Amino acid sequence: MKNNTQRRKERIDRGIKVRTDGLYALMSIRELSYLALPRLILIIGLLLLPLLMPGMYWQRVITITCIYALLALSFDFLAHYVGLVSLGGAFFVGVGGYMAAIMNTTLGLPPWATVPLAALAGGGVCTLLLLPCLPLRGVYFAIVSLMYPLFVARVIEALDILGGTDGITGIDSFTNRWVEQYFIIVILLLLLFGVRRLVNTDIGLVLRGVKDNDQAIRASGMNVTMYKAMAVYIASAMGCLGGACLVHIYMWSGISQFALDFSILPIAATVIGGGGTLVGPVLGCLILVPISELLRDFGTLRIVFYALILVAFIIFRSEGIMVYGQRKYQQFERWTRI
Amino acid sequence: MKPDIKSAMKQDTGEEPILRIDKISKAFGGIQALNGVSFEVHKGEILGIIGPNGSGKTTIVNCITGFIKKTSGHVYFRGMDISDKPPHKIADMGITRTFQIMRPYYTLPAYKNLVIPLFSPRAKRTGGWRGGGRLGDRNTVSIDILEEIGFERDSYVPYKTASTLPTGYLKRLELARCLALKPEIIICDEVFSGLSMSEIASMVPLIERLQMEGITLIMIEHRLRELFRVANRIMVLNFGEKLTEGSSGEVMADERVKAAYFGSQKVEEVMKHA
Ligand SMILES: Nc1ncnc2c1ncn2[C@@H]1O[C@H](COP(=O)(O)OP(=O)(O)O)[C@@H](O)[C@H]1O
Ligand SMILES: [Mg+2]
Repeated sequence: MKNNTQRRKERIDRGIKVRTDGLYALMSIRELSYLALPRLILIIGLLLLPLLMPGMYWQRVITITCIYALLALSFDFLAHYVGLVSLGGAFFVGVGGYMAAIMNTTLGLPPWATVPLAALAGGGVCTLLLLPCLPLRGVYFAIVSLMYPLFVARVIEALDILGGTDGITGIDSFTNRWVEQYFIIVILLLLLFGVRRLVNTDIGLVLRGVKDNDQAIRASGMNVTMYKAMAVYIASAMGCLGGACLVHIYMWSGISQFALDFSILPIAATVIGGGGTLVGPVLGCLILVPISELLRDFGTLRIVFYALILVAFIIFRSEGIMVYGQRKYQQFERWTRI
Repeated sequence: MKPDIKSAMKQDTGEEPILRIDKISKAFGGIQALNGVSFEVHKGEILGIIGPNGSGKTTIVNCITGFIKKTSGHVYFRGMDISDKPPHKIADMGITRTFQIMRPYYTLPAYKNLVIPLFSPRAKRTGGWRGGGRLGDRNTVSIDILEEIGFERDSYVPYKTASTLPTGYLKRLELARCLALKPEIIICDEVFSGLSMSEIASMVPLIERLQMEGITLIMIEHRLRELFRVANRIMVLNFGEKLTEGSSGEVMADERVKAAYFGSQKVEEVMKHA
């Protein structure tokens, strides 16, 4: 890096990247595999994970990681494609969790029914409650959405409803731990690719327009609030789905589901994984959640390690793993003289 | 100047105006930005609005298009009261506007900026400009529209991210965004300002072509010479009140306009070129 005043790093798209952007992708096995390889690694890797884990404890960690990954995906979608920075992850988990718990204990619905129902209905409830905040922007939306889980938890505590501080017990678990793990992993994969597809449609384009410049969206005759509400519904339904899975795993639903971890950790995972890539935050969770489990032995000192990892990432790889990885995969770099 | 269209304008005064603004007032706290301004716009004409800085021109645009709430007054579109409609409903009816401070979708390529309006309910209903709202492939049509509005087709410019485009292109992009909706009325808030003489020279025929296609235009401009070339009628605002309206000649001859707007020698200078 000597004399770098006279030189700069040049980045050029690889030929194969340019060719596979268009229809030509189907022309050769090599180009097809260039496109498919990253996806296959992700899919196969995630599906193999439960088999590679040494025991029950780590298998459980993987399941919890996937729930966090759903939240991180939902955060990344809202923040980078709609411009709503939501700290309401814990709210989504709590609402979805309590809904699944009630459906299971009072209506007797099995997990495979409560999880999707809690996602759909919980998404509706969260969207309705967040509707008044949708005109807020940036940090204001973030702060208000952070208040929701705190508020609901205190209400449940103070009024002693929904089981109060004891929570709701006696919830059915999944049939067995393999069903539990693969159910969540498959859902995560489906949602990941689904959201990726959504943001590349014209609807996704409008959502990005809302982020860039909502006034121009209005001036184009489109209802900004409706689009924001739609996006919040998608994001909160994903969070509720995670919450619903969580109560069936722990067979218990309580106010700890409104804990701030569910709001904060997905953001840290997005920072590490690379915001706006959707898959990055999932990878971020795969790194952060197991680390935070490993550090559990250190007690409160764990927060320090945690903070150090985050700071290191922000300083050395502020773009996130996936942005860095995509660049290396799609472009080559060389030094050129200016 | 185009006397043919002007005389045509005079004849159809019996017809209902496409847009009628009735005693609009707007106060920002203590500042009376608009004070009982009324005027009419007829289908197919180009109305120019001029006035010193801060005279309330942008505020009028915001009031008509619903971006701010009026203190009092009414706006009628084809005889229908649209005073209390939200901005997206007004745009959906076909009243579009450009923003004086340009507002592209910064992170999107120029042509994707047009895919968004082509995806709007209005464009889908009316077909959008050049049929772009109906076709499956909005990308191609948006590049067609960009070419029509002055982006070089075979260059990389339509594919560049909007944040990297120079002012001239951004102004055109603003206009293109309105056009994509296949609007009835386009309200241009200073689309010429910040452009070079040659850029304006290439925009003028475009404006004239839009008029020929039957679009009604309201043009707010500081560049009087160029405005007088295209506008059929001029309205002058000063301190939120309408000073006068008429042909460019009539308006510029008005002593009050001279006093409000510029030093009197400069008027002659402007008129020489108009
Ligand atoms: N959002 C606002 N808040 C307070 N005052 C405003 C606002 N917008 C405009 N004004 C005031 O209204 C007056 C008219 O402004 P504007 O319509 O932007 O003028 P013009 O476009 O003719 O230059 C100015 O005095 C301006 O300061
Ligand atoms: Mg202005």
